Amino acid sequence: MEVTPDIAIALAVLLPFLAAALAPLIHRLVGDLSGWVVALVPVAAFIALWPLLERTSTGEVVRVAWPWAPSWGLELSFLIDGLSLVFALTIAGVGAFVLLYSGAYLKGHRQGRFLGFLLAFMGAMQGLVLADNLVALYLFWELTSVASFLLIGFDHTRQAARRAAIQALVVTGLGGLALLAAGVAIYAITGGWALSAAGDLKGNAAYPLLVGLVLLAAFTKSAQLPFHFWLPNAMEAPTPVSAYLHSATMVQGGVYLVARMTPHLGGEAIWNLTLMAFGGATLLWGAIAALLQTDLKQMLAQTTLASLGLLMLLLGAGTELAVTAAVLYFVAHALYKAGLFLVVGAIDHGTGTRDITMLGGLRDPMTVSFIGTIMASAAMFGLPPLIGFFAKEEMYAALALGQLESLLALAALVLGNGLLGAIGLALLIKPFMGQLLTTPIEPHEAPVAMLAGPVVLGLLGIFLGFIPALVGELAVAPATSAILGVAVDTHLKFAVDLFGPAFWLSVATWVLAIGLFLRLDLARSLLRRLATTIGWTFDTGFDWVYFGIVRFAGAVTRLLHHGRLELYLFVVFVLLVVAAIGPLWLMDGLPRGPQSLDLRFYEWGLVGLAVLGVGTVVYARRRLFAILALGVQGLAVALLYLVFGAPDLSFTQFMVEILSVVILALVMTRLDLDSADPRPLEDWARDGGVALLGGVAVTTLLWAVIEGPFDLRLSTFFNAHSVPIAHGHNIVNVILVDFRGLDTLGEISVVMTAGIAILALIRGARRQRPVEVVPAEPQPQPKRRAARKAAP
Amino acid sequence: MDHVIAALSGVFFTAAIYLLLSRALIRMLLGMVLLGNAVNLLILVAGRLGRIVPPIALDGAKAPLEGAANPLPQALILTAIVIGFAMFAFLLVLAYRAYQSLEADDTDRMRITEPRGGPKPPMSY
Repeated sequence: MEVTPDIAIALAVLLPFLAAALAPLIHRLVGDLSGWVVALVPVAAFIALWPLLERTSTGEVVRVAWPWAPSWGLELSFLIDGLSLVFALTIAGVGAFVLLYSGAYLKGHRQGRFLGFLLAFMGAMQGLVLADNLVALYLFWELTSVASFLLIGFDHTRQAARRAAIQALVVTGLGGLALLAAGVAIYAITGGWALSAAGDLKGNAAYPLLVGLVLLAAFTKSAQLPFHFWLPNAMEAPTPVSAYLHSATMVQGGVYLVARMTPHLGGEAIWNLTLMAFGGATLLWGAIAALLQTDLKQMLAQTTLASLGLLMLLLGAGTELAVTAAVLYFVAHALYKAGLFLVVGAIDHGTGTRDITMLGGLRDPMTVSFIGTIMASAAMFGLPPLIGFFAKEEMYAALALGQLESLLALAALVLGNGLLGAIGLALLIKPFMGQLLTTPIEPHEAPVAMLAGPVVLGLLGIFLGFIPALVGELAVAPATSAILGVAVDTHLKFAVDLFGPAFWLSVATWVLAIGLFLRLDLARSLLRRLATTIGWTFDTGFDWVYFGIVRFAGAVTRLLHHGRLELYLFVVFVLLVVAAIGPLWLMDGLPRGPQSLDLRFYEWGLVGLAVLGVGTVVYARRRLFAILALGVQGLAVALLYLVFGAPDLSFTQFMVEILSVVILALVMTRLDLDSADPRPLEDWARDGGVALLGGVAVTTLLWAVIEGPFDLRLSTFFNAHSVPIAHGHNIVNVILVDFRGLDTLGEISVVMTAGIAILALIRGARRQRPVEVVPAEPQPQPKRRAARKAAP
Repeated sequence: MDHVIAALSGVFFTAAIYLLLSRALIRMLLGMVLLGNAVNLLILVAGRLGRIVPPIALDGAKAPLEGAANPLPQALILTAIVIGFAMFAFLLVLAYRAYQSLEADDTDRMRITEPRGGPKPPMSY
């Protein structure tokens, strides 16, 4: 069967997600072999993607698109060119060994879930590097952050792991938001979501903004200064995660983004110089910080920072040679760094410690690991004819002849590579050579599944070094062409120019590395002293910011959610005033006011009675008096209903008012309440002001309503049809029980619910206080019955 | 006359808001009753007032007399009165039970669920 590109993409992106869902099941079925089984997923992706190399090497761009949300012009589109294919093959290739390794490394420790997370990450990462649609790119980008969060915090019972997981999520999530904003901005500029169709964005007015957003996303993901601190902390994750996410793939997401955006955004000084400055700073920072560490994993983490900075620096330089060097270095780094991480995991597994000062002489008990480390360290050191050597030659050649910034970058590169070489030597010599030291566990070699990765990846690093021309033709030149947007021919060949400046810079690097290695302990103690003197780290800075935000959120919550009911209500009523008057005021809709007050004398009397009742309710000092006044105003309202032609309302109101007054009076006599208003004078004035404004606002609004046009259609309909259709003469009753019968059903339900709630409250009281006399017992019955009766 | 009844509704609103802003439970309850009446009057006025003649079709007539009151707001208010009463009964019992359990009728002293100064934000990972 021929594997078409869409099947290859489905295998690379979708199959891992499917396998992630099935991973716990697979683990239950095959137990300790699950690492071998799930490793088939990336192997399948690798085999499916491999033949495409031939097509992309001719400069062909394969685009696959499925309809996603056609009404929004969205399609799930993927793009395979030289750049994305190199990344995709690396993800699949390294992924296979990492999954295999995980099966042995995490025996029984919730392995199904762990493999599921890893597979989900793999799918997201493949989606990230293959996506062409900006929305899909953003989604996959965030998914890798989420997967990283889950994997760093996998051992979630430890606080350090939780902190590292949150830190990684917060920092990379920040970048994710920037990427989303950049994607939306690109859509706004170009009118399409496909990145490949975005074209050159340099001329746009929003260009500096786009550069800022894209670089923020890339720098957070790829842990560039000043966002670098999350990556060393992410070493809390199990070692295969560090090897895969935090070295070979996920942190390269930012590098990939920069490379992917170079045709659209690259070439201007702001882009190139920013990348070179931040990349160079991160390179030196990571390389120096690596000297400080004694934990093998921390050393590797810091050198990963340095390598990421190096890649950013090369992409920033942006020349053909520099980009070629970047692609070559990316491949070399993925091979040797993943191998080193896996070996460190094997050492940890085999000896019980990762402290470089406690390890020594492991070459005999752990011979295979030793061989793997030799190959990886040689690549890191940049020995010919390994692929790492060619990568270094390329980058020196790229920058050797250039402007001031190139020479500065070159100096940073030589220094950085020298430091990395020293670390590479230390990683090989300290643990494996010399005297065999006693370790927490009797040193023993790791199982085959854990050794396959370092050995095969190391051999690949050597093998590729022998065929640089083919690597150049199949992978490096197509990727470089994709980054630069112009066709590039490979110039890599299996040869060393002994008289070129690049080779002598390599020699200088080696000398520097060996010198530093010999003085490693001195350098470490000096740096330690310096670090203690400074005292502050970016890591503590993160805590300041993070808890600052938490404190701020707490303060805002307490400000808004203060728990004082009268203030909540105060806000509600102020807004009521604004909502009632504001629009009228702004739109010149204020009412004219009454033209004449044609009220009859008894109507005036009822209005006066109502006002008197209301006033007394407010001002009464004694409760009983207030309750009686409540009855008076209710009575006045009932009579007003009567004189305005609403006898049904009137009768209901009478009943309700009488019941309310009786019940209130009964309850009040049983409560020993302070009759004074608890408010101090200033509250009294404030509340009075709001109340007055509220009354005025409602009056104004209502005046505006009655002065406006009136739509009588509904009432006319009810008047005209009640007798012929519903055979009822009382229109109000017909509306209630016939035209709007369902409303009335709802009303009855409300009354019933209230009755049940009242019953529950009183029953609850009885159950809580079985000994005491229950004063409230006689009341629920009349109340509930009354409520039912009152329903028409 | 509509303007006067509208203003009366405004007076009811004023008193209701003033009482609701007091922190004493029983005064707030009285405020709720007044608020119900205020809103009912508002609905009545918004449907325009008519004098005396109720919207009832006499025997043999197909429709109410010319000039009868508008039936629609009346139907709405009737529902509102009943629900308002159910609400009143429920709130009364709730206030009563709250007073029994918390020995307070000042809402500022009912702080079991929202303690003063709280909630403290989580300050660890």
